[in-house]
Amino acid sequence: MRPDKLNDVLESLFHADVRGLTIQRVQGHGGETERVETYRGTTVKMELSEKVRIEIGVSDHFVAPTVGAILRAARTGTVGDGKVFVLPVEKVYRIRTGEEDQAAVTPVG
Amino acid sequence: MNSADTAWLLVSTALVLLMTPALGFFYGGLVRSKNALNTMMMSFAALGFVGIGWALAGYSLAFSGDGPWIGDLGHALLRGVDLAPHGTVPHVLFFSYQGTFAIITAALISGAIVERMRFGPYLVFLSSWALLVYAPLAHSVWGGGWLARLGALDFAGGTVVHVNAAAAAGVAAWVLGPRKDHARQAMLPHNVPFTLLGAGLLWFGWFGFNAGSALGANASAALAFTNTLFAPAATLTVWTLLDFARGGRATAVGAATAIVVGLVAVTPAAGLVGPLGAILLGGAAAFPSYFALIWRARTRLDDSLDVVAAHGVGGAVGALLTGVLAQKSWNGTADGLLFGNPRQLAIQAVAVAATVVFSGAMTFGILRAIQAVAALRSTSREEGLGQDVVQHGEEAYSHGEGAILVLASTGREAGSVPVPVPAAGGGGS
Repeated sequence: MRPDKLNDVLESLFHADVRGLTIQRVQGHGGETERVETYRGTTVKMELSEKVRIEIGVSDHFVAPTVGAILRAARTGTVGDGKVFVLPVEKVYRIRTGEEDQAAVTPVG
Repeated sequence: MNSADTAWLLVSTALVLLMTPALGFFYGGLVRSKNALNTMMMSFAALGFVGIGWALAGYSLAFSGDGPWIGDLGHALLRGVDLAPHGTVPHVLFFSYQGTFAIITAALISGAIVERMRFGPYLVFLSSWALLVYAPLAHSVWGGGWLARLGALDFAGGTVVHVNAAAAAGVAAWVLGPRKDHARQAMLPHNVPFTLLGAGLLWFGWFGFNAGSALGANASAALAFTNTLFAPAATLTVWTLLDFARGGRATAVGAATAIVVGLVAVTPAAGLVGPLGAILLGGAAAFPSYFALIWRARTRLDDSLDVVAAHGVGGAVGALLTGVLAQKSWNGTADGLLFGNPRQLAIQAVAVAATVVFSGAMTFGILRAIQAVAALRSTSREEGLGQDVVQHGEEAYSHGEGAILVLASTGREAGSVPVPVPAAGGGGS
């Protein structure tokens, strides 16, 4: 998704009670048109765009509200808004307590 | 001896000295991040190597004796450079002030050979160039040599400094050959704010360069100061409009370049033309350099940071326009073409051509001589790694992650900080 939409998405996820997440700054190329930059006599096309990748682990009944929150907040309607991938997770452990699966992704308190 | 003159020249000397670190920032921002330190070090090294060379022999070769081509060794090892007046200022101050010019001139060349020249051979080149090329040219224009006798006008060093450095830069870029990625990959400036910072500091220092060249706190200095403010302003304005007209957007690298081009162009004219003439000169200087930059990028000549387009073309245009716009009512010595003295323009052209030929040929000779003993360039693999790590063993932007401390093997350093010894077996001896 777009870096300039990150705060909107985080806020939307917060309102949907989704807590644990990790973000990464990444570069990618989708269907967007390239940006053209000029430095003195040199003109270049920037093929990669700055994007943000969010990873969120949630239990099954949280999947739909999480995806909904992201779709609502990250959409601008033009090419380059990004994608949401929903993947199954085989096993989760919480390192601190050794809890497994659903207990491991349920926020404390 | 005059206190006001001395005070102004003291300040000017510090201002011109600041131009060399400023040049380091200007150049450093334009290269890729893996070569940032090396590029800046090429300027900073001149502060040491050219400075000491100037004290040992350079000053003497430029300002001692009255031969037409080169000075003599009368002031070598600073013999006779004392507190006695030289003009209206102490001789040591005049010597220091001129030294800062030698330093910046030699450092200018580095823009043509960044990202590929080995640092050791660069230091040898830098030091010998300042003695064998800069000193004789400074002598011929300012030390009473043949260009001075011919009547060439060069207020603060348009030919001696800028055309001279640019001719050397063009030859050096050609002798070294292009970087391995030249015209194959997009090589973008890694820190444009550095380049803007450098351009701003260069402008600031340039007041010492141009107005200081009046060698006194007087009307001539005031004129040079004013022209140093308004000529680059005109270049910046015209350059920005050209950017708008061609690409629709005003670029920051363009603005930084324009400031330097304007400063270079007004250098020979600073105390010789009126302020309106300087504005005209600054505006006109934008065109040839602007298009020279675009043209150069399409050639095989990897004058990486466009020393020729900025300093060579800008310096030559400035020197020639000085021959057109010089006005006796402002400078008290000579008129240009526009004021009824067409011969001045011809003299200016001779000075520029002579400088290009002399500097180009000498630079070629020096580089070939070094090449006979040592490789000038890094290997292609080293070039890929970047000059910072290969030449200096440092990085400009190190993250520190994965860096494991190696204790110094000299013992002295390791002993100065108590190092916990892992408890193994029966304790230490």
